[in-house]
Amino acid sequence: MIRFILGRFAGMILVLFIVSVVTFGIFQIGPIFANASPVFYYIGKAPATPQLVAALEHRYGFDQPIPVQYFNFIGGIFGKSITDGVSQTVQCPFPCFGYSFRQNELVSVLIGRAIPVSVSIIVGAAVLWLVGGVAVGTASALRPGTFIDRAGMTGALAAVSLPIFFTGPVLLLIFVYGLGWLPTIQYASLLDDPLRWLQSVILPWIALAFLFAALYARLTRSNMLETMGEDYIRTARAKGLDRRTVIVKHGLRAALTPIVTIFGIDVGTLIGTTVITESVFNLRGLGYLSIQAVTQQDLPIILGVTIVAALGLVIANFVVDVLYAFIDPRVAV
Amino acid sequence: MSTAQPVTVRPPLSGEPFLSVEDLKVHFPTDDGLVKSVDGLTFSVRPGEIVGIVGESGSGKSVTAQAILGLHKGSRAQVSGHIWLGGRDLVAATENEMRQVRGDDVAMIFQDPLSSLHPFYSVGDQIAEAYRVHNKVSAKDARTRTVEMLEKVGIPNASSRYDDSPHQFSGGMRQRAMIAMALICKPRLLIADEPTTALDVTVQAQILELIKELRDELDSAVILITHDLGVVAETCDQVVVMYGGQCVEKGPVDQLFDQPEMPYTWGLLGSMPRMDRVRATRLLPIAGSPPSLINVPKGCVFNPRCRYSDRVEGRKCFTVHPALEPSTPEHEVRCHIPPAERQQILLTEIRPNL
Ligand SMILES: Nc1ncnc2c1ncn2[C@@H]1O[C@H](COP(=O)(O)OP(=O)(O)OP(=O)(O)O)[C@@H](O)[C@H]1O
Ligand code: SF4
Ligand SMILES: [Mg+2]
Repeated sequence: MIRFILGRFAGMILVLFIVSVVTFGIFQIGPIFANASPVFYYIGKAPATPQLVAALEHRYGFDQPIPVQYFNFIGGIFGKSITDGVSQTVQCPFPCFGYSFRQNELVSVLIGRAIPVSVSIIVGAAVLWLVGGVAVGTASALRPGTFIDRAGMTGALAAVSLPIFFTGPVLLLIFVYGLGWLPTIQYASLLDDPLRWLQSVILPWIALAFLFAALYARLTRSNMLETMGEDYIRTARAKGLDRRTVIVKHGLRAALTPIVTIFGIDVGTLIGTTVITESVFNLRGLGYLSIQAVTQQDLPIILGVTIVAALGLVIANFVVDVLYAFIDPRVAV
Repeated sequence: MSTAQPVTVRPPLSGEPFLSVEDLKVHFPTDDGLVKSVDGLTFSVRPGEIVGIVGESGSGKSVTAQAILGLHKGSRAQVSGHIWLGGRDLVAATENEMRQVRGDDVAMIFQDPLSSLHPFYSVGDQIAEAYRVHNKVSAKDARTRTVEMLEKVGIPNASSRYDDSPHQFSGGMRQRAMIAMALICKPRLLIADEPTTALDVTVQAQILELIKELRDELDSAVILITHDLGVVAETCDQVVVMYGGQCVEKGPVDQLFDQPEMPYTWGLLGSMPRMDRVRATRLLPIAGSPPSLINVPKGCVFNPRCRYSDRVEGRKCFTVHPALEPSTPEHEVRCHIPPAERQQILLTEIRPNL
């Protein structure tokens, strides 16, 4: 088991290395395609004269060999001091992703502010869709072909076909503007104002969970149908176990195992990609930050968000792999 | 009388049967039509008796076994007839009533031990679970009892193997674990569905010995399902020969092997590999394939494959379903050929080739 975990951990480091090389590569290649000096994307405006360009390139190290630049880039993450372009020097402690000249702030500060928002949305939605999806899927699987099954699966089909930019505004229209049960969305930290926090994230949870729950319901149903036909379920019944134990302990346990993997990957992927949800509900999370950076061509932020998102996905994968080894004893031997 | 018999042969059992299956039918409605997996099966098992059920693949052996445990309840299967167990009719019992019976009065060893064990739970926990359903004991006591059972079925280092997953067990050990699970509540009826298929000969012999020992110890009734007539000859007291969901011949094991009377049984015996058979004489597999269970042949189910149907007058084999009739008080046969003529065919045509 220890060897298995170490192996997975090494894999995780390798993936992060690859991601860093690729992101760095894009940072290098991007300006070449745009036929502009990287300095432009760095300080956010075109320097006045070619001499100035050369001077700035030298100052930021763009004139050094590419491998050296890569190590500077990685080393820089662990902290350095940089200039904010208005001749002041700022300390950029770990994790340092550079300075956004457009927003006049350290990228790590911007990201640090956005992460709690994204995580609040994702975790809450994930819990909702997992519980909801599995419940509907199980109920359907236990009575295949009946009204419950058909209603559940029709609902699921409808839910997958409704995008968030539809369900989101509809939810806002009903609960905020229509019924007035919720105030207009204004994010507050969970620690500062728990009620406000809940009021601001509950609708995004529902919108996001709705979409994913549908997927999980269908997945649970088909896994559960297959599992309930397995020989070991028959053995469980033959022992004289009650229906509940047979379904939950023997059936669901096996049916949910593959879902754990998908769940981990889904949650990991969502970090940094809940753009539409954040835009619809006016929340300043990682998705919002990155879309803003893209429109403003703010490369340091794009880089930072990319690395954070990759880190999220890789960690989620690692956790899932290790968890899976505990759930299914056949995996790690 | 019985004292005069050699010790290895058990005296014929008398008395009330413990299990009595009467006109059992198990039909599955499917898209292709009604599958008549079991169609009018009658047999009984007395305490301390081992009854073998033999027949080709698809003859309805496993479906019968599952019907006795009530495992078709809650599915689409249509089950009719009676399964009497100690004065109760299990066909009429509810799922809840069956739960009390399963594992406690009647336990089953399933055909494929790997797929029949849950891949995610330890072997020991799965066996202990079977014990705890019917006995109010602490987890610790259940564990002790499970280790005891594992030792009894011959698992070495039982207490350290308790926590192993099924995939860490070999095929023979899994089968032993299944037996331990089936026997942990001391069932009064044990159904073993091909408990030795896919095991090598030594392990097979050990497992059969185990089943016999347990029968002797608890005086439980045993139903042993197999295609292997060698196993039947060695282990069973009574034999039920199944074909196309019906019983075509049944009787005490010695009578069935010495005086088989039904053409299908002749075929089975002819296809049986035997130690004492000279290598050169070929096995005689039964020509043709098992009958469709949806469009069951009219008349005798065996008629498409029977080489003797022309010995019966007026194409009766193709029009009239033969009844299961006693040939001796203990021995029943389902065939239109008159008993005297069957004996004649056996003597002149079958025996010389066996
Ligand atoms: N749930 C079901 N639905 C439809 N048909 C079924 C079902 N279960 C069993 N059958 C059919 O019933 C017939 C008898 O099956 P059964 O498993 O009892 O055979 P068997 O005698 O145990 O054969 P084997 O020696 O291969 O184990 C088979 O043709 C099978 O396809
Ligand atoms: S009844 Fe006819 S077809 Fe059936 S076994 Fe006897 S002889 Fe053969
Ligand atoms: Mg079978």
